[in-house]
Amino acid sequence: MSASPSLLATLDYAVLQQCMHCGMCLPTCPTYEATKRERHSPRGRIALMRAVADGELQASRAFAEEMYYCLGCLACESACPAGVDYGTLFETARAEVERVGAAAAPQRSFWRWLTLRHLFLKPGLLRAVGQALRYYQRSGAEAAVRRSGLLRLLPLSLQRLEPQTPLMAAAFSNELISPLERPAGVPRRRVALLTGCVQDLAFPDINRDTADVLLANGCEVLTPPVQPCCGSLHAHNGDLAAARELARRQLDLFPVDQLDAVITNAGGCGSHLKKYGHLLADDPAYAARARAWDAKVQDIHQFLMATGCRAPSAGCGESRVAYHESCHLCHGQKISRQPRALLGLIPGLELEEMKESTWCCGSAGIYNITQPEQSAALLERKLGHLAATGAPAVATANPGCHLQLQNGLAASPGHPCQSVAHPVSLLARAYRAEKSG
Amino acid sequence: MNPALLQALRAALGAGHVLTQPEDLIPYRFDGTAALQQMPGAVVFPGDTEEVAACVRLARAHGVVVVPRGSGTGLSGGSLPLAGCLVVVLVRLDRILETDPKNLTLHAQCGVITKAIDDAAAVHGLFYPPDPGSMKISTIGGNVAENSGGLRGLKYGVTRDYVMGLRVVLPDGAVTFLGNKCVKDVAGYSMKDLFIGSEGTLGIVTEVLLKLVPRPAARRTLVALYDSMEQAAATVSAIIAAHIIPCTLEFLDQMTLRCVEDYARIGLPTDVAALLLMETDGHPAAVAAEAERMREIALAHGAREVRLAADAAEAERLATARRSAFSALARVRPTTILEDVTVPRSELSKLVAFVAETARRHSLLVGTFGHMGDGNLHPTFLTDERDAGEMHRVELALSEIVDETLRLGGTITGEHGVGLAKKAFLPRQFDEGSLALLRAIKQALDPEHRFNPGKIFDFPTPP
Repeated sequence: MSASPSLLATLDYAVLQQCMHCGMCLPTCPTYEATKRERHSPRGRIALMRAVADGELQASRAFAEEMYYCLGCLACESACPAGVDYGTLFETARAEVERVGAAAAPQRSFWRWLTLRHLFLKPGLLRAVGQALRYYQRSGAEAAVRRSGLLRLLPLSLQRLEPQTPLMAAAFSNELISPLERPAGVPRRRVALLTGCVQDLAFPDINRDTADVLLANGCEVLTPPVQPCCGSLHAHNGDLAAARELARRQLDLFPVDQLDAVITNAGGCGSHLKKYGHLLADDPAYAARARAWDAKVQDIHQFLMATGCRAPSAGCGESRVAYHESCHLCHGQKISRQPRALLGLIPGLELEEMKESTWCCGSAGIYNITQPEQSAALLERKLGHLAATGAPAVATANPGCHLQLQNGLAASPGHPCQSVAHPVSLLARAYRAEKSG
Repeated sequence: MNPALLQALRAALGAGHVLTQPEDLIPYRFDGTAALQQMPGAVVFPGDTEEVAACVRLARAHGVVVVPRGSGTGLSGGSLPLAGCLVVVLVRLDRILETDPKNLTLHAQCGVITKAIDDAAAVHGLFYPPDPGSMKISTIGGNVAENSGGLRGLKYGVTRDYVMGLRVVLPDGAVTFLGNKCVKDVAGYSMKDLFIGSEGTLGIVTEVLLKLVPRPAARRTLVALYDSMEQAAATVSAIIAAHIIPCTLEFLDQMTLRCVEDYARIGLPTDVAALLLMETDGHPAAVAAEAERMREIALAHGAREVRLAADAAEAERLATARRSAFSALARVRPTTILEDVTVPRSELSKLVAFVAETARRHSLLVGTFGHMGDGNLHPTFLTDERDAGEMHRVELALSEIVDETLRLGGTITGEHGVGLAKKAFLPRQFDEGSLALLRAIKQALDPEHRFNPGKIFDFPTPP
């Protein structure tokens, strides 16, 4: 065990003390709901963090397991009248777990090293791997390997994951979007578009749709072709040093002072991107720029509805849609109304409200990889509520949720819902239909 | 904890339902009460009444103290563990056993969530009125143990008014059912009433038979804004004098209002001295007439403005915001010390003024809210438990507020219970005869003092 003080002990104690354990968070926490154990509840986890901060408890393996059993969905933050900053507590606790190696195991260390320290730290490498994967998936090699039975040689955990590998897009964002695109007529605003990492590889068409919708609303769109990961994956998984490094690179890449807004279309990224000021508060070279950045970052729905999104005159081809709220969009950024309002602009499209629309779908970053059972239970619950709406399509604004729902629906033949789409993609389709119709 | 007891508990419940590791126990060393914590010896999760009884018998055989717990949202320390005790968590007993629309009753296990009881009643057009602030997570068993109130006390009463029967595990492990579905029943002592509000010191309630009432057909919610607390209090007195009994008459002071709005963001004004949340329910014609009359009375008594909730959704947002008041006050300072003093309705404005004056005198921050219709006040001191000097001033202020409450003919607790948090004040309220009776009852039911000992009151010399 390390001799230096716990990261939780160096945190402002008032953040830990803010929790007055009233229990209002309990019914909104998916892991408490599933187990009815206080340890798996927000106030229970905070009690454990406080015990570590007070030096009463070591950051033990059981502590580590608990911190990684938490989805990090932040539903507790929405429920908390006392305003506890659970997100910061949770990230600090996971960072402490990694600092002391409480969760260490050889295989886990290898995967963390490969993903957090290489793939998601180096955008060029990630793209190269994406291209290789794209070739493997599209050349017929994947089908051949699956037929061959070779996959049975993989460890069980990987065998289970293999079918969940997202299908790599035929072209990534930089092949679809020019670095600078101008709207017809005089630009009303100048914005930058964040293309993300998973979004870029698996859903670059959503990035294209976002650019189209911004152009249709009079924005000049700046899209640097190679963008780093925003670092949310690192921050949520205990690697704050890498998260800070990625934040600095992001700040270096964008001329923030020349932009009206920096647009993100992924709930999970947006929630993290808006907190660079906090992340880099102790970095004298970047703290001021990070605060300026925070003020400019806007979720696409937030931006469009605040600036007066133009209603399309044509429909999008769907008549009924359900809306699943990304946790980090509704709980992390408190953006719930705007995506619904955006969908409401599309002629002929009816929004079918889904029960528990703000309940986590089980994707939760890489939770579906680290906690497959709990993740599957949450997905099943979500698909049940989705089926009850009878809607043939579901909209959601986060690549993790998108993939999770897509995989879940693919494995549920007969489910009334046939497709998953980003709200902005539906709007983009409606704008395109105007021209063709 | 004694390994032989743990082994026996594991055999009785299954190993997965017995927790002993520090990472499992630390999250159970508190309930909803501020600044109190104690480490239990073990935490167990029985699945039915028989398993609860088995836990009680085993603990007794090994001389271990038992503390029952529902969702752990109590505000007096009633479910706070005692050092080294066995915490019996009752959340697995979560089935509704029967809804009987012919007799207007509902029979449930003790771990059912309060709101789920009302939801089940609503299916039959029926209503379970008690609505404590934590109703979305509190258990019905915990409500019975603490005799919880809520926002509707003025018209509908509290938990006790709805309990028709209880299944209880006694301190020797025996199980008995007290009460029935009869509206009239005078057979023997009203023994179920002994267990309502007993805070786990006499027995463990495992099933509850509840009375339901018809669900009101209409409901109207109004919000009145005032520049002084006296005007709000005068409005309440005038409404009662006009023979209107609204189901809700809640008030929030400016400090509370600011915190609630900071959390709920529903457009509550934060520049007024007091807000009155009023609700009337019943027949649509009566509701419309009463709402209009209440509006007139409020305006006549100096309300700056009276707003009518547009629909049920807005009314629900207002009630939810009010229920968040206590927790929302925690935004201001690290520690919130909540009181529950209650006085006869006519004395309420005197107590409100006394609380404000006392806080000023001791240089303390206080937010006050509560149930103006039933005289139940929640002065909440906003402080920091790490500041010993300030905590001492809080204690002095609380003591003075308790004395003033009793002088006005009130009680130290209206709906939270005595538990540990208010134990020191009980002897000021009870005369020696009442205290002797408390001890005699405890001695008769729990002669070995195994059930939540030291809660509510102490024996002069512990046995």
